[in-house]
Amino acid sequence: MTHSMDRTLVGLTVGFAVVALLGVFVLPDWLLSQTLIAFSRALAVVGLLVLWRTGLVSFGHALYFGLGAYTVAMLGRELGITEVLITLPAAAVFSALVGFGLGFIIRKYREIFFAMLNLAFSMVLFGILVKTESLGSTDGFSVEQPTIFGLGTDDASVKLIALFLGVCAVGWLVAVLVHRYLGSVLGSLTTAVRDNEIRVEYLGYSVAEAIHGKYVMSAALTGLGGGFMALALGQVDPESMVNWTVSGELVFITILSGPGSVAAPFIGSLIFELLRTYAYELVPYAWQLIVGATLLLIIFFLPGGVWSLISRLTGRRDAGRPESSRPESSRGEANP
Amino acid sequence: MNLALTILVEGLGYASYLFIVSLGLTIIFGVLKILNVAHGAFYAWGAYFCAFLIGEFSAMGVSDLGTMIAIPIAALVVGIVLGSAIERTIIRNLYGRDEVLIVLATFGLFLVLEDVILLLFGVDPYFAFQPTYAMPGVQIGGIYQDGYKLSMIALSLVVGIISWVVLNRTHWGKLVAAIIFDSDLAVAMGINVRRVFYVVFVAGAVLGALGGAYIAPTISVAPGFGVEVIVLSFAVVVIGGMGSIAGAAIGALMVGMLRAYAVLQWPEIELFVVYAVMAAVLIFRPEGLFAPAKARKI
Repeated sequence: MTHSMDRTLVGLTVGFAVVALLGVFVLPDWLLSQTLIAFSRALAVVGLLVLWRTGLVSFGHALYFGLGAYTVAMLGRELGITEVLITLPAAAVFSALVGFGLGFIIRKYREIFFAMLNLAFSMVLFGILVKTESLGSTDGFSVEQPTIFGLGTDDASVKLIALFLGVCAVGWLVAVLVHRYLGSVLGSLTTAVRDNEIRVEYLGYSVAEAIHGKYVMSAALTGLGGGFMALALGQVDPESMVNWTVSGELVFITILSGPGSVAAPFIGSLIFELLRTYAYELVPYAWQLIVGATLLLIIFFLPGGVWSLISRLTGRRDAGRPESSRPESSRGEANP
Repeated sequence: MNLALTILVEGLGYASYLFIVSLGLTIIFGVLKILNVAHGAFYAWGAYFCAFLIGEFSAMGVSDLGTMIAIPIAALVVGIVLGSAIERTIIRNLYGRDEVLIVLATFGLFLVLEDVILLLFGVDPYFAFQPTYAMPGVQIGGIYQDGYKLSMIALSLVVGIISWVVLNRTHWGKLVAAIIFDSDLAVAMGINVRRVFYVVFVAGAVLGALGGAYIAPTISVAPGFGVEVIVLSFAVVVIGGMGSIAGAAIGALMVGMLRAYAVLQWPEIELFVVYAVMAAVLIFRPEGLFAPAKARKI
C-alpha cells in the first residue's frame, strides 16, 4: 500500500511540474487559458469524486461553484479586496461553511434524493442571483483585477501565466492532500459507506458524520474551483456559474474522469474542455451534441472513465483494480 | 378580488401545461424508476415540430382554428417516433444500472437532442400564434381572459382524468401497478415487463411533447427553452411525490399559483420561491406531499 501511494504522489508531483513547465515555456496562450479553466473545474471535480466514492452524486454542486465565484467577485467589488491569497481561501471557507450548515440536512439523504435536494438548493441560489439587480441579474458583473502580495498586472499574458501557475500549485496540493485523506482511516470510510452503511455503523463509525465531513470537503473544493473560475473568466454570472447545467457538467466530468485516482479529474477536465472547444470550432451549433454523445459513449463503453484506460495502458491493473470498482450494482458490468 | 382572480387564472394556465409535462415525467419515473432529463427535449421537440407544422398548414391555407390539428399530430409523432427510438437504443440498455448514472445518461441524451433541433429547425425562433387567434376571449368577473389559456386548462383536466382512468380502471393499469410494486415478481407472473416499460416510456414522451406542442402557439419557440422546463418539472414531481398522478397535479398547481403570484406581486422571488418549496418538501417530506402509501418491502 505504501509503495503504490508513493507512486501516486511521485506521479502527481512530476505530472504537475511537467504541466507547469510546459505551460510557461511551450504552450500557446489559448491552450494555457484552456488548461486554467479546466483545472479550475477539476478542483470541483475532485470534491465530487470524494462524494462519488461514497456512492453519492450531487446534481447541485453549482451551488458551491457559484458561491466560490461570487465570493471572489464580491470581495473585490464591495470591499476592494483583490488579494488572491485572501479571496481564494475565502471562497473555499465560505462554501465550506454553507456546506457545513446544509450538510446537517443533506447527510440524511441518499441516491436520487441526495441529488435532488442539492439541485433544489442550487436552484434557490440561482433564483436569487437571477433576480438581484444589484448583482447584475442574468448578466452578472466583472471581477476586479486580481493581485498577489499586493502586486497586480495589466499585461494579460503575465496574468494568465500567474493564474495558471497558481492553479497548478493549488491543484497539486489539493490532489496530494485528498489522496492522503483517501488513504487514511477516515478516507477509507468513503468506500465502506458506499458498500455497506450498516456494517460501518457496527464498526463504531457514524455514517452521517462521515458523509457530512466529505460533503463539507467537496463544498470547499468546489468553492475553490469556482473562485479560480471567476478569476480565469474575469466575469461571474448565474447562467455559467450556478445553473443546473453547470452541476451537470461537473458530474459529467466526474464520470468522464472515473473514480480511479485524484489525478483523473485534472485529465478529465482537460479532455472535456478541449472536446468542447474543438466541437465548437467544428460545428458551432452542435457542440452539445458531440459532448452529449461522448457522455453516452462513456457510460456505455468506458464505465471506469478515462482513468481506467490509463491504468490499463500503464499496466497498473492490480493497483487500480479495487479503486476503480464503481458505485453501482454489479449487474450489467460492461468490462470485467 | 380582481387580483386574486387574475392570479388564479394565470396560475391555472401555467399549472396546466406544467402538469401535462410533469405527468409524463412522473409516470416514467414511477414505472421505470428513471428520472428522465431528456424529458425536456421531448417538450422542446413537441414545441418545435408543432410550430413548424402550424406554419406549414397556415401557408397551405388552413384556417386558424384548423391549424390546431398540428398540436396532437406533433405530440403523437414526436412522442412515438422519438420516444420509441430512445427507448429502443438507450434506455433499454440502462435498466438495472445505477439510478444516478441513468440520470446522467439522459442528460447526455438531452444535450444531443437539443442540438439536433438546432440542426433541423435552425437557430431562428418560430412564431405560430394562429391557434390563439382562433380562440375567442372570455370575460370572467369583468376581466378579459385569453381563450387559448382556458382551453389549455380544459385539456390538462382531460389528460389528467384519462390517465387516472387508464391506470386505475383498465387491465393495462393493473399491469403497471403490479410492476411498480415489484417488477421481478411481475416477470414471474408472466407480465411482459419490457413491453410495459416501452409503452409507458412512449406515453410519457407523448405527454412531454404534448405540453410543448400546446404551449408553442403562446410563445416564441427559440433554442434552449427546454432547459428551464426540466428543473421546473423536477420541482413539480418532487413536490407532489415522484410517481404519483395526483402528486403531479398538486405540484403543478402549487408551482403555477406560486409563480403567478410572484410574477404579479413580487417578481424578485419568481424562481427562488419554486425551488425553496422544492427544498422544503424534500427536507420535511421527501416522499412528496401526496405520495401514495407504499407497502414496505424487505
